Amino acid sequence: MTGQETILLALALPLLGTLGIARAGRYPDLREGVTLATAIGLVITVWSLIPAVMAGAGPAATLFDITPTLAVAFSVEPLGMLFAAFASLLWVVNSVYAIGYMRGNKEKHQTRFYACFAVALSAAMGIAFAGNLFTLFLFYEVLTLSTYPLVAHKGDAATVRSARVYIGILIGTSIGLLLPAIIWTGGIAGTLDFTPGGILAGKIAGPALAVLLALYIFGIGKAAVMPVHRWLPAAMVAPTPVSALLHAVAVVKAGVFTVAKVAVYIFGIDFLKEQGMGTWLMIAAATTILLASLVALRQTNLKRLLAYSTISQLSYVVLAVSVLAPLSLLGAAFHLVGHAFAKITLFFAAGSIYTASKKTELGQLDGIGRLMPWTMAAFTIGALSMIGIPPTVGFVSKWFIMGGAMETGQYLVVATLALSTLLNAGYFLPIVYRAFAKAPPVDAKPHGEAPLPIVVALSFTALMVIVLFFLNQPVLDLIGPVTGGL
Amino acid sequence: MIAAHHLPVLQVVLPLVAAPLAVLCPGTRAPWVAAVLVSLAAFAIAVTLAFKVATTGAIAYELGGWPVPYGIGLHIDNFSSLMLLLITGASLAALLHGKPVIDKEVQSRPVSLFYGAWLLAVAGLAGMVVTGDAFNVFVFMEISSLATYVLIAAGPTRTAFSAVFKYIIMGSIGAMFYLIGVGLVYMMTGTLNMADMAARLHGVDDVVPVLAAAGFITVGLLLKAAIFPLHAWMPNAYAAAPSTVAVFLAACSTKVALYVLIRFDLGIFQPSLEGHDIQFSAFLMPFALVAMITGSLIAIFEKDLKRLLAFSSVAQLGYIVLGASLLTAAGMSAGILHLFNHALMKAALFLAVGSLVYRYGSAKLADLAGAGRAMPWTMAAFTVAALSLVGVPLTAGFISKWYLVLAAMEEGTFGWFLIAVILASSLLAVIYVWRVIEVAYFRPAPEGAPAVKEAPWYLLAPTWALAGLNIYFGLAANAPNGLAARAAADLLGGGA
Repeated sequence: MTGQETILLALALPLLGTLGIARAGRYPDLREGVTLATAIGLVITVWSLIPAVMAGAGPAATLFDITPTLAVAFSVEPLGMLFAAFASLLWVVNSVYAIGYMRGNKEKHQTRFYACFAVALSAAMGIAFAGNLFTLFLFYEVLTLSTYPLVAHKGDAATVRSARVYIGILIGTSIGLLLPAIIWTGGIAGTLDFTPGGILAGKIAGPALAVLLALYIFGIGKAAVMPVHRWLPAAMVAPTPVSALLHAVAVVKAGVFTVAKVAVYIFGIDFLKEQGMGTWLMIAAATTILLASLVALRQTNLKRLLAYSTISQLSYVVLAVSVLAPLSLLGAAFHLVGHAFAKITLFFAAGSIYTASKKTELGQLDGIGRLMPWTMAAFTIGALSMIGIPPTVGFVSKWFIMGGAMETGQYLVVATLALSTLLNAGYFLPIVYRAFAKAPPVDAKPHGEAPLPIVVALSFTALMVIVLFFLNQPVLDLIGPVTGGL
Repeated sequence: MIAAHHLPVLQVVLPLVAAPLAVLCPGTRAPWVAAVLVSLAAFAIAVTLAFKVATTGAIAYELGGWPVPYGIGLHIDNFSSLMLLLITGASLAALLHGKPVIDKEVQSRPVSLFYGAWLLAVAGLAGMVVTGDAFNVFVFMEISSLATYVLIAAGPTRTAFSAVFKYIIMGSIGAMFYLIGVGLVYMMTGTLNMADMAARLHGVDDVVPVLAAAGFITVGLLLKAAIFPLHAWMPNAYAAAPSTVAVFLAACSTKVALYVLIRFDLGIFQPSLEGHDIQFSAFLMPFALVAMITGSLIAIFEKDLKRLLAFSSVAQLGYIVLGASLLTAAGMSAGILHLFNHALMKAALFLAVGSLVYRYGSAKLADLAGAGRAMPWTMAAFTVAALSLVGVPLTAGFISKWYLVLAAMEEGTFGWFLIAVILASSLLAVIYVWRVIEVAYFRPAPEGAPAVKEAPWYLLAPTWALAGLNIYFGLAANAPNGLAARAAADLLGGGA
């Protein structure tokens, strides 16, 4: 199979899966079988592209040439490859988890749930492999629309209200800010292709450039830079597998991935540096990191706390990009992966607690580590990675980002990261303490671990958080070309 | 080949001669077949002409062999070939879809009279496009208008009469204004040939009558084109006319008046009147912007689907006028492209509405609850065309808005205001489209309502063909875009 066909297969496979899931709706075992088979097939398809990308020959495919500027086209480069690789892998894990969760909680509309999930994954693949901004925008919107039914899954009035906030902010920012930015770019550059070194150098300067950059940063609402972050806490009304894969991995990573892609392949890092555009981007990101952490400190609901932690962690990537140094960019790319594994572990743990005990608030978690040792052990590993303590993957990405910042003498970044580490510790460690050190309430009903698929899934991702600390060379090799090209 | 040489005039003569013949056909089927065949032939001629213009450049044809400016000259360039494609294509699509709808809705007896009037309208509109003679435009305008009055008056309810009366009054004022303007120009230049007129206006001593002429002609044609705020006749006419007529009107009739307007203002007045460009855009642009917002706002509150779409047309015509009023190659090209794409989307929408009315007997939104379930294919086609109307990527509507925004961007800071209006109008379009979708898909059919079946295949096929074109030209936009760009270059460069 040629690279071109592989790309198209990666997009089509989840869609075929959707059809299969819809057809098999009446037989739950068959339906989940279809989901798992599709997810595994997708991993094989996506990962088969890695050797070519590593060799520096990313395959490309063009579906439609609409006008000289607009085309639906794909081309695989290291960043996108990385995104697609871990998103597809985590879909398999998440599907195992979802089977345990959805059945354990006797959720309704499970066929719709799995079907929309598959569409969302296809959209994520489209974002990862998009060869130009227009294509990326298309799949970005598909991702928003396909996740709406997942967020509104429960269907009661409060959920629907939250889901409206979710879709309102995401669609509003993308149509109102991102689309004009794309049209503007197409107008002055005459192309929208992702090109190493950028396409805007010498075509725009001064305040106009700052405005364009702002349109992108706030238009890409999925990156959740404050003040366009509100959709993410709102999305927490979704079932936990949705929060885990989509709102810790696919959707939010699509956001920061797009930011990175725009910075590297549309503006060009050198151009941004030459124009001195890093500073205010840095301030926006640093503000988001610290404010979101402060808000997280005050949360009493576990999932909402995780959501604010995600907002803060996403801006690590934006912050790393704003340093405009090779080492930090490496850190940004690495953080995409590292945070994905760590955050999905944390969400898995939250869902595991809910499934086993229906507990959602922090105050109810006293002594839960004794009842659910596997779950809380995994939670602890994930939390350590959020703080950035070795031997977890969170330490590695922070190390690279700091390294780049030190090299270029940007001590604001260093200070932000240090302060953020303290804040992260401030809201994660009390949970760990409460879970293990405090005694369970006396009148509590004793409950054990969550169903097996859940425990298997969260153990695997927790393990990966540690494995990636030691075995990070393959990832670095993959993204090396992006940063080496600076 | 002799016939090939005479194609420009055949484009008009064919439907003109066929009209009385169609009237003579007995029954309901024979005149329909005749009208379809003539439309098909006319469409084939339009396609041939478009290819010819694209390969060998503009075609000049002298009627009866009399040299211009003494005789009447026909002139076909990129813009006119595009218009001919629209007119003949819309006629063909509407008629192919229309047989059962016409049999059900049209009140004229025998029904062959209706087809006769139809072909006269086609001949008149085509004549307005091909002719190079200003008075000839008036003649053809009257032919098409009179025929259109008859077509609308054939509507199923008595409201058609009041609607058509309004239209007659407004249309006559428009035509009269146009004639006064042409008279004034003739007085100053002594010619009626449009190219000659442009040349001779240069040497005119007194520009006051020419300025007055420009005013009369522009306002008269704005009335005919239903440009805000002179649009009041249009929604009633669309709503009262037989559904098939609404398809044809919405797709091309007002656009032909707009075509003549652009021809006159940019081709004839622009090069010779000092400051005309500023006057032209300062006059039209505010109307265009207000139309884009007001038309969409009114559409949001309409309860009748045909009227809703008519007000949407008021807004969409605003996009076209906005493009033209920018007076740049990019703006003009975007305007012309939107003219083409808007014809595609409105034709598809009104075809779908025709099918809905055929089954439901009403275009009231309240009566169409549950249509998404009862007529899934029709509503799906409607939805595709509606997405194009909103300007969703991968549809034709996105392409023309894309180019319009690019053209606005060239205007610097002021351009951003224009872009804000374009985006705001698009968001309003989302709302009125969503209202229809919500009623059709999410509101259940009322209790006790008779079961409604999906439209038959011969209604679905033309509807889907048009809806498909909206997708096709959203994916392969190079052909119409190139045609629009060449037409814009002709208009802006040719006049100088």
